Order: sequence, then C-alpha cells, then structure tokens
Amino acid sequence: MSEGRREAQAGTLESADILITVALTEPGAGLQIDLVSPTMKQYGAMIRQVIEKVLTANGIADAMVHANDKGALDYTIEARMQTAIDRAVGKG
Amino acid sequence: MKMEQLKLRRAMMFMPGNNPAMLQNAGIYGADTVIFDVEDAVAVSEKDAARQLVHNAIKRLQYPCEVAVRINHIQTPFGLDDLKVILPAKPDLIRLPKAETGQDIKIIDEIIGEAEAKYGFAAGSIGMMAAIETAKGLMHAYEIATASPRMVALAIGGEDFVADLKTSRSREGWELFVARSQLLLAARAAGIQAIDSVFANANDDEGFLAETRLIKELGFDGKSVINPRQVRMAQEVFTPSEKEIKNAERVLAAYKEALERKSGVVALDGKMIDTPIVTRAERVLAYAAAVRK
Repeated sequence: MSEGRREAQAGTLESADILITVALTEPGAGLQIDLVSPTMKQYGAMIRQVIEKVLTANGIADAMVHANDKGALDYTIEARMQTAIDRAVGKG
Repeated sequence: MKMEQLKLRRAMMFMPGNNPAMLQNAGIYGADTVIFDVEDAVAVSEKDAARQLVHNAIKRLQYPCEVAVRINHIQTPFGLDDLKVILPAKPDLIRLPKAETGQDIKIIDEIIGEAEAKYGFAAGSIGMMAAIETAKGLMHAYEIATASPRMVALAIGGEDFVADLKTSRSREGWELFVARSQLLLAARAAGIQAIDSVFANANDDEGFLAETRLIKELGFDGKSVINPRQVRMAQEVFTPSEKEIKNAERVLAAYKEALERKSGVVALDGKMIDTPIVTRAERVLAYAAAVRK
C-alpha cells in the first residue's frame, strides 16, 4: 500500500451479503469498480450504481473498489460500502 | 388499563445484527417484536459493520412488527456509537443489556431525546427496555424500571444472571425463581411489562413449553426467543384459550347484570365474583382483542 492510499474491507461471503474492499487512490485516479456477482447480467449495473452512489455521498472521487457479491440487497451493499469507507478513512 | 400494557410482546425474537439474510427475513416468523442484536451476537471487530447494517435494515426494509435493537452497554467502547448510528433509523425500542442502575437508563433516555429532536421524530416515540442480568441490577430493578417514561419492559437475562449467582441453569429453573418473581414485582410496580429470558436448547420443545407456561403463571408478558420455531409456541401459551375467553365474557355479563339489578353480591357457577376477578376477565378480553388485531 503506497502513501496516502488506504485500503479496508467490509462484509462477508455469506449468502445475501457482499464482501467489499475499498482502496482510496491518488487524486485524479478516478473510480475503478471491479464486481463479481452471480447475478451480474440482471443486476450488475444496479450494484455498480449503488456502490458509486455511496462513494459520491462520501465525497470520494478516487478509489478502487473490489466487490464480491453473494446476492446482497441494496441496503446491505450500501451498509458494507459505508463501513469499508469509514474503515478506510479511519472512522471505523 | 394503560394502552401500553396491551402491546403484545409474547415472543421477542433475537436476530444477529451482522447477518443480512437473517435481518431481511426477520419479519416473516410472526414474532411480536424482533430484536436486532449488535451486542453478544456480533464480534468486537464487526461492531461498526453491524450497527451500519442494522441502521440500513430498519430504514429500508418494512417490518410487520415492533423493531428493537439490543445495543452494547454504554460503559463499553461500543454502546454510545451504537446509539449514534442506530437512532437516526428510528427503531421502536432500544434494549439495554446488563442494566444495573437507573442512571444508565437516564443517560440513554437523554441521548434518545436529543436524537428525536435532531431528526424530527415525535418526542417519546422511541421506547426503551432493559435486561437485568446481575444481582446488582435486580436490586435496582424498580429504580431502572422507573428511570424513564420510555421504559416499556424489564427483561431477565437468565444465563448471565445465574452465572452472577454462581450457579447454572436447571431444566426446572428453581435458581431463577426468586429473581423472576422480584423482576416481575418491580415491573408491575412500575406499570411496565416483564419479559423472560431465552430458552437456549432449541431442540427441547417440551422444556421450552414448560418454562413458558411457568413464567406465564408467574405473571410475565412474554419471552425472548432465539429460534423462529419458538415464536409460535410462546404465542400459543400466552394467547387466551376459547374457554378462557368464554369464561371472561360470562364473568363480565354476570357482573353487568348484577350492577343493573343493583345487587351487591355477584356469583357465577357458585363462585363469588369480585373486583379482581372482573379485572382479570377484562384483561383476558383485552388480550384476546389485541391478538385478533
């Protein structure tokens, strides 16, 4: 992990959950979302949207997110994202 | 009868607070209250994740029943953060574990009051209950029960309590007999409900039913449960039978008739009916009406 780039994880690989890793990257790097989901075709775009929404709500424009989805509903994706971000910025 | 006493809390079901599958299914088992647990059911390293998940679940999912959250005690490093994250989602009840003083309750009451004002919730709309799990807590049970008008129930946490007594739980429950009775007295004196401890062996239906019948006879209003299967069993024990309902109706009819005749003495089937019997009959019918709702 380089200086100024903090990484944290939240969630699990249990059914209906999602395991998310958020790495804060250098300004200007933009958002990179790497998603694995059993429902990629149906819900992949929606899951990405939820992930982006939480990043934006937290004022984060530069991050690398890895998400391994196990069929999580929106409320869970948002919660895990928020926890991963809080942990990455040292609030967790 | 106070309206609060008519709120059914026959089965209050614990759900681990960091488990999305269980949180989203919590409403389907018919429990009178679901208690999302961010205390004992959650590892120390996951407290932050659990309180966030519980917040989102309460805010985003629709539950057909009362929703309570068991927070960590405010003397632990987690309790105050639990309140900070969970209160904005507006749970119906906050359940404090290991309550030992009225002061604990007053502190939480104040924090809830501030959150209600901050988030625009009606004052007093978030209730509280406390679990007594130590001898010291039991000695202060009435003080705890009356420390805040938010208090709707006292519960006994059996496992911790018997550990504090330096004994263990038996199937008959004699080791908890005095504590249960004392807790009930404190709750009744304060005009709030009394909720019994969980019955840990999910495979012992007979033991569960025996214990539930016992605590109902003692006067308890309900039981904490950990297994969805126990919800229906507990509710059946607490629901008045057809026979009890019929009898209550006959008591009230006889009483009314005597009042109309201006007769001082009322008897039904050769038994005298006086005020406590009338009160009990009214309670049975109010309970039956609440069940039908």
